[in-house]
Amino acid sequence: MPEVLVFATLNGLVTGLLLFMLASGLTVIFSMMGVLNFAHASFYMLGAYFAYSISLYFGYWTGLILAPLIVGVLGALVERYGLRRVHQHGHVAELVFTFGLAFLIEEAVQFFWGQDTKNYQTPDLLDFPLFTLFGQEFSAYRGFMLAISIGIFIGLYQVLTRSRVGLIIQAAISHPHMVANLGHNVPLIFTAVFGVGTALAGLAGVIAGPVLTTFPGMALVLGSIVFVIVVIGGLGSLPGAFLASLLIGLLQSYAIAANVGMPDLLALLGLEFPRSHPLDDLWTLNLAQIAPILPFLLLVLVLIFRPTGLMGKREQ
Amino acid sequence: MPGESKVHPKPAARFLTRLLPVLLIFLAVSASAQEREPVRIGFMDPLSGPFASIGTSGLLQLHFAADYLFNSKGGILDGRMIEIVPLDNMQSPTETQIQFRRAVSEELRYIFQGNSSAVANALNTAVLRHNRRNPGQEILQINYSAVDPILTEENCSFWHFRFDAHAVMKLNVLTDFIALNEEIQRVYVIGQDYSFGHVVAETSERMLNEKRPDIEIVGNEFHPIGQVKDFTPYVTKIVASGADAVITGNFGADMVSLARSIIDSGLDIPIYTFYAAYDGITATLGADGKNRIRLVHNDSGNPIPTEERKQFYRDFKAAHPDRDVTQPRLMNALSMLVQAMEETGGDDPYEVALALEDMRFTTLSGEEIWMRGSDHQIIQALHISVMTDENIEFDADNSGFGLYTEHFVPAEQTVMETSCEMRRPQR
Amino acid sequence: MKALAAKSGVWAGYLAVLLLLPLIFDSILAISIFNQMAIAIVFALSYNMLLGQGGMLSFGHAVYFGLGGFLAVHALLMMENEAVYFSIAFIPLIGGLTGLLAGVFVGSFSTRKAGTVFAMISLGIGELVAASSLIFTGFFGGEAGVSGDRTFGPPLFGMDFFSDVDVYYLAAFWVFVSTVFMYLFTRTPAGRMANAVRDNPERAEFIGYSARWVRFISFCASGMFAGIAGGLFALNYEFLTDENLNLVTSGRVLLMAYIGGLGFFIGPIIGAIILTLMNFLLSNYTELWLLYLGIMFVLTVLFLPRGFAGFIMMHRLAWLRGRLHTLALPYLLTGLPALLFVLCAVCLLELSHAAEPDLHFLGLSLARDSVTVWAALLLLATLGWYLTRKSVPGLRRAWEAANAPDAEAAREQAT
Repeated sequence: MPEVLVFATLNGLVTGLLLFMLASGLTVIFSMMGVLNFAHASFYMLGAYFAYSISLYFGYWTGLILAPLIVGVLGALVERYGLRRVHQHGHVAELVFTFGLAFLIEEAVQFFWGQDTKNYQTPDLLDFPLFTLFGQEFSAYRGFMLAISIGIFIGLYQVLTRSRVGLIIQAAISHPHMVANLGHNVPLIFTAVFGVGTALAGLAGVIAGPVLTTFPGMALVLGSIVFVIVVIGGLGSLPGAFLASLLIGLLQSYAIAANVGMPDLLALLGLEFPRSHPLDDLWTLNLAQIAPILPFLLLVLVLIFRPTGLMGKREQ
Repeated sequence: MPGESKVHPKPAARFLTRLLPVLLIFLAVSASAQEREPVRIGFMDPLSGPFASIGTSGLLQLHFAADYLFNSKGGILDGRMIEIVPLDNMQSPTETQIQFRRAVSEELRYIFQGNSSAVANALNTAVLRHNRRNPGQEILQINYSAVDPILTEENCSFWHFRFDAHAVMKLNVLTDFIALNEEIQRVYVIGQDYSFGHVVAETSERMLNEKRPDIEIVGNEFHPIGQVKDFTPYVTKIVASGADAVITGNFGADMVSLARSIIDSGLDIPIYTFYAAYDGITATLGADGKNRIRLVHNDSGNPIPTEERKQFYRDFKAAHPDRDVTQPRLMNALSMLVQAMEETGGDDPYEVALALEDMRFTTLSGEEIWMRGSDHQIIQALHISVMTDENIEFDADNSGFGLYTEHFVPAEQTVMETSCEMRRPQR
Repeated sequence: MKALAAKSGVWAGYLAVLLLLPLIFDSILAISIFNQMAIAIVFALSYNMLLGQGGMLSFGHAVYFGLGGFLAVHALLMMENEAVYFSIAFIPLIGGLTGLLAGVFVGSFSTRKAGTVFAMISLGIGELVAASSLIFTGFFGGEAGVSGDRTFGPPLFGMDFFSDVDVYYLAAFWVFVSTVFMYLFTRTPAGRMANAVRDNPERAEFIGYSARWVRFISFCASGMFAGIAGGLFALNYEFLTDENLNLVTSGRVLLMAYIGGLGFFIGPIIGAIILTLMNFLLSNYTELWLLYLGIMFVLTVLFLPRGFAGFIMMHRLAWLRGRLHTLALPYLLTGLPALLFVLCAVCLLELSHAAEPDLHFLGLSLARDSVTVWAALLLLATLGWYLTRKSVPGLRRAWEAANAPDAEAAREQAT
C-alpha cells in the first residue's frame, strides 16, 4: 500500500498544481472584474491545440513559448472587444457571454482541428523515466510539469507581492473603485490581467496536452472543476485558490487510490440493508467511482456553510 | 396491400394511395421505363457534436459502399438507386427520438444505426412502438455496431437486426485467447461506468474464472465516462496490483488517455480492448502502442484475404485519403439487406425481415456469415489483432501502424446460446 | 377596459394559434416539431421566472425538468404494469409536483444568496444530480434511461395517444395553462417582489420583505413549471435519460431564454421557437450548425443584450410615433449587404469543411477546389461587409430621427 500512497500524492500534486495554473488566472480575473470566466478552460484547450500545431513544424519547445503568447493575445482581444462591451449590461450578461464563448471555442476547435484526438507528444528530451519507485516509473515530463507549475506559483507570488504592478492588482482586487479613483487606468489593467490569466491557462494547456490527451472535450472535463476551486478557495484569495487546487487534486487522487466504499462502511457499522428499492445502488458505491464528483459535493457544502470560501474575505 | 406488387416503388405510396388505383398501376408500369424511385435508407449516427468523427466516418463508408457495390452497377431491384439519408442524432437518445420522427415523416423504411448501445436501445423501443401503432408503415432497424447483448436477448425484436458480434460473444473469444497465454496470471479489468462497461467487467471475470481458475482478477474498476482528466491514479493502482494484463471496454478519449497513462508509467503489459484503433487513436498511440494494444473485432485488418476487398480498400482510400474502412460490417449489412430485397423483389420491411432471417452471405473477404433467425444476431468469424507496423499493408490514420490478425476464430466457434423469445408480428 | 380587451384578445389569439397549428401543418414532422416547441416554451418560461424575473442565474435548471420527467415516466411504467390507472392527462402534473418538491428542497438552502453564490450552487447541484443519475441505475436506468408507454391509460375525449397529434393537443392544453399561470404569477405580489429583489434586495428588505423568502417562492414555482415541461417531455418521447438533467440541457434553456429576451414575458417563447427551429432546420443541412449556433449566441449577447424580444420592443417608440415605416429603407440598405456577407461567410465555412468536391448551396453548385470560387466568395463577402459598415451611420441617423420626440408627438403625450 505505501507505493499507492506515494504515487497518489505525486499524482495529486501534479493535478493540483496544474489546476492552480488555471485557477490563479481565473481568481484574479474574478476578483478584479467580478466575472466568472466560463471560457477560461477553453483557453487552456486552445493552448494545447496551438502548441500541437506549432510543434508539428517547429518542435515542442517553440510551441511552449509561442502558444501561451497567442492565447494571451486572444484573451486580451476577447476582453477588449467582447467583455468590455457586455460589461455595461451587468454581471449576468458577462457570465452568459463567457458561457457562449466557451461553447463557440469548442465548436471552433472542432472546425479547425477536427474531432479526433490529436497526436500531441511529449518532447523526446523529456521522454525518459525520472525515477522508478516500487516498480512504477515517474516520467521526466511529469517532473517537468511539476517544476513549471511551482515556478509559475513562485513567479506569480513574487510579482503580486513585490512589484508595483502587483500592488496595483492586489489593490484592484480588494478595492477596484479606489484604484480607479487614484488615477490608474483600470480598463487597461483589466485587459492586461485578462491576457496574462488566459496566457497562464494556455500554458497549462501546452504542458498538459501531451499527457491528458488533446481532444475537443478537454475543456469541458476541466472547466467546471476550476470554478469549483476558485469558489472553494474564496473570492479574491490567491493562497485560497492554491490551497483549494491542491486539496481537489489530492482528494481526487486519494479517492481513486482508496479501495473503500459503502460496503466497507456498512460492514464497519454492522448494518445491512435490503436490496430492493430503487436507490439500492447506493449500498454498493465505492469512493473511486464518485471521485470526479467529490469537488462538486465539496462546493455545495462549502457554499452552504461558508459562502466566503475557505480563505475568502468578501462575499459576492 | 397494394405495395406488394413487385415493381411498384414503395416510397411514393403516401401520395398514391390517395389517388385512383388505376393511376397506381399506370405508374407501376411506366416507372420501369423512366427514372426509378430510389430506395432510401436512413443513416442515424452522430454527425455533429463531440462524437461526430465516428459517425461521419461511417456515413462516408456507407455512401461509398452503396455507390461502389450497387449504384455504379445499375442500382438494385431493376434499376433503383440506393439513396442514403443522413440523420444526425448527436449520439443523444433525445435527438434520436426527434430524428426517428423525421425518418417516419420522410417514409424511410430502413435505419442504419451503430454508435452507442443506449441509442440503439432507445431506437429499438421507438421502432417497436411505432410498428405496433402504425401497421403497414413498419421500419427496420439495422444495427451495425451497438454490442449490448440485451438487444438480441431480453429486448430482442423482430424489427432489429444486429450485424456485429455482441459484447459477450467478443469477450468469449477474447478470454479464450487470454486463457491460452500461460504467462498471464493476474488480470485487471477497468472500464467506463455504464452498461457496456459493466457487461465487460462481469463477463470477463466470470469467463476467466471458468476457463482459467488460476488467473486472479486483481482489480475490477469503474470510472465515470468522459470525466476523468488524468488516468495516472488508476494506473498507479494497476501497477500496485501487479497485473500482467488489462482488459478494457473504453472508447474514444477515455481509451486514449488510459492507454497513454499505462504506457507512460512504464508498465509493459498487454491491453485487451474493443475500440482502440482508427479515428485518430492509432495515430495518437503511435509507436508506444506497438505490440501492447490488442483488439477483438470482425473482418481482418491485415492481412486481407481477397483481392476484391483489397481493391475496395484502395478505391475507398483514393476517394477519401484521410479516412479508413473502419467498419466492414456496414458493407456486410448493406449487401445482405440488398440481397433480401432482391429475393423478395421489393422493399417491404416485413418481407425483407423474413428474407434476412437465416440468410447466409459471403462477404467481400470470402467469409460466410449467417444471420441467426431466432434472435437476429449475425454469426461471423472474429479476429484478435495486435497493433503493429510490421506486415501492415493497410494502416490506420495513415500512421504506418495498423492491425494484424494474431488469432482467428471461425464463425461456428463464436456461436452462443440466446435467451431471446421473439414476438413475431403476423400479417 | 380597452387594455383588458386587448389582453384577452392576445390570449385568445394565442389559444387559437395553439389549436390551429396542427390543422395547417399536419405532417408527422411538423407535429413533432410543435411538440418539441411546446415543451421548450414551458421550460424556457420557467427559466425566465428565475433569471429574468428573479435575477437568479441557474446552471442547473435541467435538474427539475429531468426529475419531473423521470417521475412521470415511472408513472407511465406503473400504468403499463397495471399498478395504477388514471388518465395520462395528469402526467405533467406528476412532473410538476416532483419539480416543486425538488425546488423546495434545493431552494431551502440555495436561495439564501443570489448572484454568483446561487449560480455556483446550482452548478454544483446540477453536476451532482447528473452524476447520480448514472450511478443510481435502478431509478434512472443508467445511460440507457427509462422508457414508458403512454398508451396504457384510458382514452381521453376519444384520443388513444397512438399518434403525436393526440399528444400535441394535450401538450397545447398544458402550455396554455402554464403560460397563463406564469403570466399571472408576474402580477401577484410575489411576482412583483421578485422583480424588486432582483433589482435591489436591500431596498426590498427595507419595505419588510425577506429577499430570501421571495427568491424561495420564485424558485419553487419555477421548479414546478420546469417539472411540468419534463412531464410533457416524458409523454411526447416516452423516454428519459441522464442527458435530460445534465449541464447541456441546462445550458440550452439558458440559451433559449437569453436569445429570446430575458426582460420580457414573451421573450423565452420566441427563444424556444427560434432554437427549436434552428436545431431542426440547420442540423439537417449542415454538420457545422453548432458552430453557427455558437456564433449567433455570442453575437446576440454582444449586440442584442435584451434578445429578440428586446429588439422588437425597441421599435415600440417609433411605432407609437407613427414613423416605423421610415426605418424600412435604411434597414433594407443595411440588411441586404449584411445578408450577402453572412451568406458568403457561411458558404466559405461550408466549402472549407466540405467532404465532397462539389458543394450545393442555395441552388448553386460550387467546386471546392476552384480558386475562382474562393476568390469570388471572398470578394463578395468583403463587398457585403464594406457596404454594411458604410450604411450603418445612415441607419443610426434614421433610427434617431424615428425616435426623436417632435412637437406634435409631445402635444399628443400631454393630452
